[in-house]
Amino acid sequence: MKMMPTKIFKKQEKFAPAEVMLDLHDLKKVYPTPKGDYVVLEHLDLQVKKEEFVTIIGHSGCGKTTMLSMIAGLNPISDGGISVLGTSIKGPGPDRGVIFQSPSLMPWMTALENVKLGVRKVFPHATKKQKEDICKYYLNKVGLDGSFNKKASELSQGMQQRVGIARAFAIKPKVLLLDEPFGMLDSLTRGELQDVLIEIWNKEKITAVMITHDVDEAIFLADRVIMMTSGPSAKIGDILSIDFERPRTRKAVIGHDDYYKYRKYLIDFLEH
Amino acid sequence: MAYLELNSINKTYGQGANAIEVLSNINLSIEEGEFVAIVGFTGSGKTTLVNLINGLLAPTSGEVLFKNNPVEGTSHERGVIFQNYSLLPWLSVYQNVEMAVRAAFPNENRSFRDNHIKNYIDMVSLTSAIHKRPKELSGGMRQRVAVARALAMDPEMIIMDEPLGALDALTRGNLQDEILNIWNKNKRTALLITNDVDEGIYMADRIIPLRPGPNATLGPEFKINIDRPRDKITLNDNAEFKKTRNNIIEYLMDIGNERMTDSDISYQLPDLEPKDLRWEFK
Repeated sequence: MKMMPTKIFKKQEKFAPAEVMLDLHDLKKVYPTPKGDYVVLEHLDLQVKKEEFVTIIGHSGCGKTTMLSMIAGLNPISDGGISVLGTSIKGPGPDRGVIFQSPSLMPWMTALENVKLGVRKVFPHATKKQKEDICKYYLNKVGLDGSFNKKASELSQGMQQRVGIARAFAIKPKVLLLDEPFGMLDSLTRGELQDVLIEIWNKEKITAVMITHDVDEAIFLADRVIMMTSGPSAKIGDILSIDFERPRTRKAVIGHDDYYKYRKYLIDFLEH
Repeated sequence: MAYLELNSINKTYGQGANAIEVLSNINLSIEEGEFVAIVGFTGSGKTTLVNLINGLLAPTSGEVLFKNNPVEGTSHERGVIFQNYSLLPWLSVYQNVEMAVRAAFPNENRSFRDNHIKNYIDMVSLTSAIHKRPKELSGGMRQRVAVARALAMDPEMIIMDEPLGALDALTRGNLQDEILNIWNKNKRTALLITNDVDEGIYMADRIIPLRPGPNATLGPEFKINIDRPRDKITLNDNAEFKKTRNNIIEYLMDIGNERMTDSDISYQLPDLEPKDLRWEFK
């Protein structure tokens, strides 16, 4: 890997419309409370390019999850707009896959059935065998070969989250949204799942937006680390470009001269 | 002689054909005043190891020596912070801490104990919840009660089994500092079990990896030659920190990779595009 100076963009770059996958413009979110309106997000602008992986960090309660659930279409927009490939979103849809913090599987279904649930919906034109193959392909990729027919409730938390990853990729979304997907796992299992995630992502290059609290995770996975300002009225703050070559290995990343500079900057941001 | 010594410890659960050896040939010695961290994966036998040291379990073979005497049962010389809090649900925060303080300081008067209890509850910022019961508290708050309870006993040795895993980063940082503070001020000996390499590096003098079970053994130790007090932000400029951290992470990654069984089976992905359903979900 070559040496790159640490670049911190105080302002966001504007990308050409053809490059942009996901566009949040002048986004606002207001929650009504008995004491009047509480403005969570205001004047929030963010563009994510095609084939880009961005991670979002910010202090607890700043509105990261609110933003992500708005992109997913699960939370109404108060003002401004969100568009995918230039088309405004109207509620949730299979063009945006979500991996939640808790795996959120159907506990009475097997790993295979859980993945098939979404596949059946978005591939109505596929044969039964093809649908099955799609599910098996992704379950194999996340390392669950022997567990196709195990019920979700029989799997460990880490294994369940692997199913969650397979389920999200299997519907071939245009944008993948991840809300601290590994936050509940111990830090060693977390590392393994980051490897699983990035290995599939390297092949598919789906635009990904991931919330995390883990600074090392944020750097290892991202092309850009986006720092949100503290609420109320949170918006996008500084952005750190991570210029490590892909595909990345953890050894190469942590051994890179700039790694601990990035890390220091982000820890400093989170601790203040 | 070391302060705490584990000599050729084996621990087996179950009998006959169902016997599983969780720990094999564990040798560890900790000097008085040392802070040692053991880092391991989930399911590697970390909690079994803790329970052998605190006296809740006896080894199948080998011996655990605390100040040269075999460990037989628990003692309030060794305070434990459990991973699952282990609070008594029918007692308030105050009463949970009080029970430990009464056992540890039977000869002190009431007002000393009252003061002592309140100090430690204040240290973990739970004064406002002092009369609440565990079920009225969040997971993080319960864990803070467990920390206050263990430290209020002022044990000679502090044993911690993933004590801060469930807490948010800010609270975790504060409690790490409080534990270090008490360890340093009272010249205690500490053993920390954790899955977080950074927590280990920040707090310990030595980190020893526990290789995954069954038959878990201890790996080579990593000395943390970084001056105290340590600062999480400026550590990132410290060459020794970077080197040690990378060595430990790489060692653990290699263990992880050994564990992963690469399957030879591969599946063909059909060349299909999903149906554009954007207008059907409203």
